Amino acid sequence: MSGTFKLYVGSALVMLMAALVFGTVAAFVFLFPALGAYLPFEQLRPMHVSAALFWIITGATAGVMHYKKEVFGEAREPFLQRAFMVLWMATTASVFVFYAFRKFGGREYWEFPPLLGVPILLAWLLLLVSYLRAWVRRTTPAPLYVWMWTTGLLFFLFTFIEQNLYQVPWFRDYYLRELTVQWKSNGAMVGAWNQMIYGTALFLMVRISGDEGIARGRKVFVFWFLGLSNLMFNWGHHIYNVPTAGWIRHVAYGISMAEWIFLINIIRGFRSKLDEHRKFEHLLTYRFLIASELWIFLNLFLALLMSVPAINRYTHGTHITVAHAMGTTIGINTMILLASLSNMLRVDELPATRKRWIGHGRTLALASLLVFWCALIGAGMLKGYRDVALGMTDFQQMMRPVLTVLHVFAFAGLGVLAGLGVVAWNYLGALRKLNQ
Amino acid sequence: MRTVLAILLVLFATYSVLVYEYGHGDRDERASTAVRVGIRIWQEEICQSCHQLYGLGGYMGPDLTNVVSQRDTMRIRTFIRYGTGRMPAHALSDVEIDQLIAFLAWVDRTGTRTMPPEATHWTGTYLLEKP
Repeated sequence: MSGTFKLYVGSALVMLMAALVFGTVAAFVFLFPALGAYLPFEQLRPMHVSAALFWIITGATAGVMHYKKEVFGEAREPFLQRAFMVLWMATTASVFVFYAFRKFGGREYWEFPPLLGVPILLAWLLLLVSYLRAWVRRTTPAPLYVWMWTTGLLFFLFTFIEQNLYQVPWFRDYYLRELTVQWKSNGAMVGAWNQMIYGTALFLMVRISGDEGIARGRKVFVFWFLGLSNLMFNWGHHIYNVPTAGWIRHVAYGISMAEWIFLINIIRGFRSKLDEHRKFEHLLTYRFLIASELWIFLNLFLALLMSVPAINRYTHGTHITVAHAMGTTIGINTMILLASLSNMLRVDELPATRKRWIGHGRTLALASLLVFWCALIGAGMLKGYRDVALGMTDFQQMMRPVLTVLHVFAFAGLGVLAGLGVVAWNYLGALRKLNQ
Repeated sequence: MRTVLAILLVLFATYSVLVYEYGHGDRDERASTAVRVGIRIWQEEICQSCHQLYGLGGYMGPDLTNVVSQRDTMRIRTFIRYGTGRMPAHALSDVEIDQLIAFLAWVDRTGTRTMPPEATHWTGTYLLEKP
């Protein structure tokens, strides 16, 4: 592992810790605004969102870059890849400098001044060229995880460009067009990084089980195509309330209902997962992976309900949306990324004490996340009921009991911070000692 | 496998073009200069951190989709300029506040904060075509 790559992995873990700290502080400032005298909520939210986003994308690309070396048989780190890492880290650091000086101007998720999009785009092109050069040189047919990494990288590029189309007057001059395209790209971009992350999860499962067949069968490719269709056409559920053309809602609703197939498949595979768990539970990498599978089940069920417009009428604009986002980013993405880093940093070879700490951190984070997630759903249900069913228009009155439930969410957030903080801290220790 | 992937990509490209051209629906209209500047102020003042439009944004403050038809303009101006217990004061000029309100008025004309029950079709989807 090169020095640049170690720094890159370290920056991913720092972003994870920053996302946790900003998120927890934001939750308490939300409840007690007086706490935000120096760093108010409106400044904390973009800091939290961007740190979480950069943790996920940096972690996902670290996985792709590290494991492709083995899959494509690369002897050394390509120069373009190193240039990508340097440019990416410099730009992500700059984003927080701009936030600190209250310089905003971008769009949802990417709220920094749009000019910073240029180095991000340039960095991604460097990574993509470096990846595709290795991809075309491969000699054997690509297993599914390679297809997933490739589509993830390509779709991220496409959706990032699409996300910035508002720079073109034809998009910007029609606000509903701009908003529709924004959420089209945001929805698909989540699918893009999921392709990279799920690809790494599949690669790790192949490595742990020693069965290459799980990444080559016809069934896994059918499910991949289903996932890809969701990435392409399912984004409309974000904007059911926006007065767009009706067919956007109908297409999103129809496509999202195909996700029931994923849910049924998870339920059908439950017994074999139990056998698998008995065999590999001593491995920390596997324990992080299996935690993500539980969260896939919970979040998929929630997403399916939210995708029905008649139910979305009550859940849209409530904390149920936050529950879904948190369940996905922490429960699924973070768990897979921690499994990936665990394998990369050879965490399973660490001394027993360190492994115990990581295990305790994982357990605390997962238990707290469940409370956190349930509290957000409870708060969202309460808000949806008071807003839509009771038709309350006074915001403060509507939110009064909701805020009480959100106290549970904020304190559970401390548990998530402590649990994942312990894991990240020990990973940083393992990273420091690597190659020594 | 490559055929299925190619078909999916062609469908995606076609759908993207359709969304760009027709997806914004018939309620959208070209924004005036004041509205366009109002959008920029909304973004730069990071209003979406706390407020929502069409249910999209942060949850610290209320959804502002229909604020212009529900509150008088003077009150909105006062809120923006001086803030409240939770909302910060915004150092904007009179013209900038007018532009921000012009944007909010534009949003108000196009949609609603929550969906009316009559918009829900028996299949579970919404039918919003007829305003």
